[in-house]
Amino acid sequence: MDIIGFLGLGFSVALDPINILYCFIGVLLGTLVGVLPGIGPTATIAMLLPITFSLSPAAALIMLAGIYYGAQYGGSTTAILINLPGESSSAVTAIDGYQMAKKGRAGHALATAALGSFFAGTVGTLLLAFFAPPLARAALNFGAPEYFALIVLGLLVSIALAHGSILKALAMIVLGLLLGMVGQDIYTGTPRFTFGVRELYSGLNFVSVAVGIFGVAEILRNLENEKGREVMVKSVSNLWLGKEEFKRIIAPVIRGTALGSVLGILPGGGHILASFASYSAEKRLSKNPEEFGHGAIEGVAGPESANNAAAQTSFIPLMTLGIPAHPVMALMVGAFILQGITPGPNVINDQPALFWGIIASMWIGNLLLVMLNLPLIGLWVKMLTIPYRALFPAIVLFACIGCYSINQNVFDIYAIGFFGILGYVLIRLGCEPAPLLLGFVLGPLLEEHLRRAMIISRGDPMIFLERPISATLLGLALLAVLIAILPSIRKKRKEVFVDED
Amino acid sequence: MLAKFSLRDILAGGIFVLAGAYFALEALNYEVGTPFRMGPGFMPLLLGTVLALLGIGVAASGWEKPDREKPLPPSWRGIVLIVGVIVFFGATIRGLGFVPVVFIAAFASAMASRLNSPLFAGLLAVGLTVLCTAIFVIGLGMTVPWFGPWLGQ
Repeated sequence: MDIIGFLGLGFSVALDPINILYCFIGVLLGTLVGVLPGIGPTATIAMLLPITFSLSPAAALIMLAGIYYGAQYGGSTTAILINLPGESSSAVTAIDGYQMAKKGRAGHALATAALGSFFAGTVGTLLLAFFAPPLARAALNFGAPEYFALIVLGLLVSIALAHGSILKALAMIVLGLLLGMVGQDIYTGTPRFTFGVRELYSGLNFVSVAVGIFGVAEILRNLENEKGREVMVKSVSNLWLGKEEFKRIIAPVIRGTALGSVLGILPGGGHILASFASYSAEKRLSKNPEEFGHGAIEGVAGPESANNAAAQTSFIPLMTLGIPAHPVMALMVGAFILQGITPGPNVINDQPALFWGIIASMWIGNLLLVMLNLPLIGLWVKMLTIPYRALFPAIVLFACIGCYSINQNVFDIYAIGFFGILGYVLIRLGCEPAPLLLGFVLGPLLEEHLRRAMIISRGDPMIFLERPISATLLGLALLAVLIAILPSIRKKRKEVFVDED
Repeated sequence: MLAKFSLRDILAGGIFVLAGAYFALEALNYEVGTPFRMGPGFMPLLLGTVLALLGIGVAASGWEKPDREKPLPPSWRGIVLIVGVIVFFGATIRGLGFVPVVFIAAFASAMASRLNSPLFAGLLAVGLTVLCTAIFVIGLGMTVPWFGPWLGQ
């Protein structure tokens, strides 16, 4: 079968009424959590993971993917209307989008964001369809040393892209790796770090860790400083663009899409970097750069396209290599595993209907998002007025119930509390939680591949440098760290991330 | 003397050193093995040591860089109530059953916010109990009694 045939297969799966329904639920929920304060896609997907257990694999993964890219849309709505990015990647959109809203052009900004995102989502989905199969074929030849090198690369690049201290990010990764080692050793079955607790033999529950450090810790953080938020724009009109505006956004959308597609593949939050990169590129290329910061439509079009394209292409490493590029993708790994599927290069051959169905559903999801977001904008504006104090009790409950429903294990619930406090303390001390979760997911894989590689080489670590692919990957990893340490880049990182704090 | 330090870095570094030391020392109880045939203790020993060293590095990086802004005081009420709710949920879900546990947990966690009145928390708890029961027990068929054995059911 050629790519058309595969896409046809994918659409036959994605257009199944049940799957369309779950795709719709996914993007709806995604938009909702993107708009609502204090809850992001990571915590939502973690809480909903247990529910997906009872669904078919295709429906489950289609819905979870929808939550992720749906949140990118919802996040830009809050960024434009109330200057509060619902998602970190929308931080740049807020700069010019909010200014446009203040000048009564909220409709134009929202339409630009939606159309740019749709175009970028379409291109990103096509890229995924074209590049995933050859990459997966190449990955089939990967042995343990290559996988080890790839995981190291993924972990180290995620530091370069995280904000804050590099040492702290490194330490968080190592702590995550160690936490991932709790439980029985894969080769000998020795229980490790279990305090003799039987429930810990199978390891710490992934969902507990995720909702603890992303959900509960965030709530504790928000309770420190409670305040309402002001919704300035009460109604939005003029949701269509004139010819003039269309002309102005075409080039930024295309450039943003290209940047986002490339950077999205990078591990560790490429979508955030992509929107920042696109913004500075547009500013530099613009004929009137002084307009930026005061409501330049290009400043909305570029970054919004970039972050959506990146959201799609960040599925490439997951679908082809089984390596998650950032925490949300790490949760997707968890979703695959819950369904009894090991994500990686084999999925495309063993489960073509699932693989292509997910890809096709992304395009349908993007279409649904445009339909959901533009006509229903009034509804989302109303949602913005839901106070946080009514929301967080629901988050706590959903976290507990969801976690308990996976294997009726009370210990998993205590683990939420533990990781909630740990996450809260570490966040207060200036440590980002994302690298910890990435380390936690990749820890067991890292250990397994390292041990296997060392058995192959009879204990000679040179194997990683003798094999060209693993040597290249490790070289890139080293480069990523060096670049992050370079003083000039450090300064740039500070500038880039300053808006987020 | 301490004013010259970043307290955040020292504390963060301290946590990493303690965690790393725990994992490394505990790993010595397992078979460490050789690089050729690594035992279950090899990776934790290695990574624990690395973590402890990174912790020292983090603490040292705060030298002569005192924290500029004072962090907001933690909401002790929030911490106690939220963590309390989670522990309560785990301890009683089997005994009390779904409906009472969810109601009490929803009420208590709503009270974690200073902005919520008891009346609002009560209304929210009723709403959330109905919603959660509908979604999880009726909709998704979660196997948990509505009212548990402690209540004589």
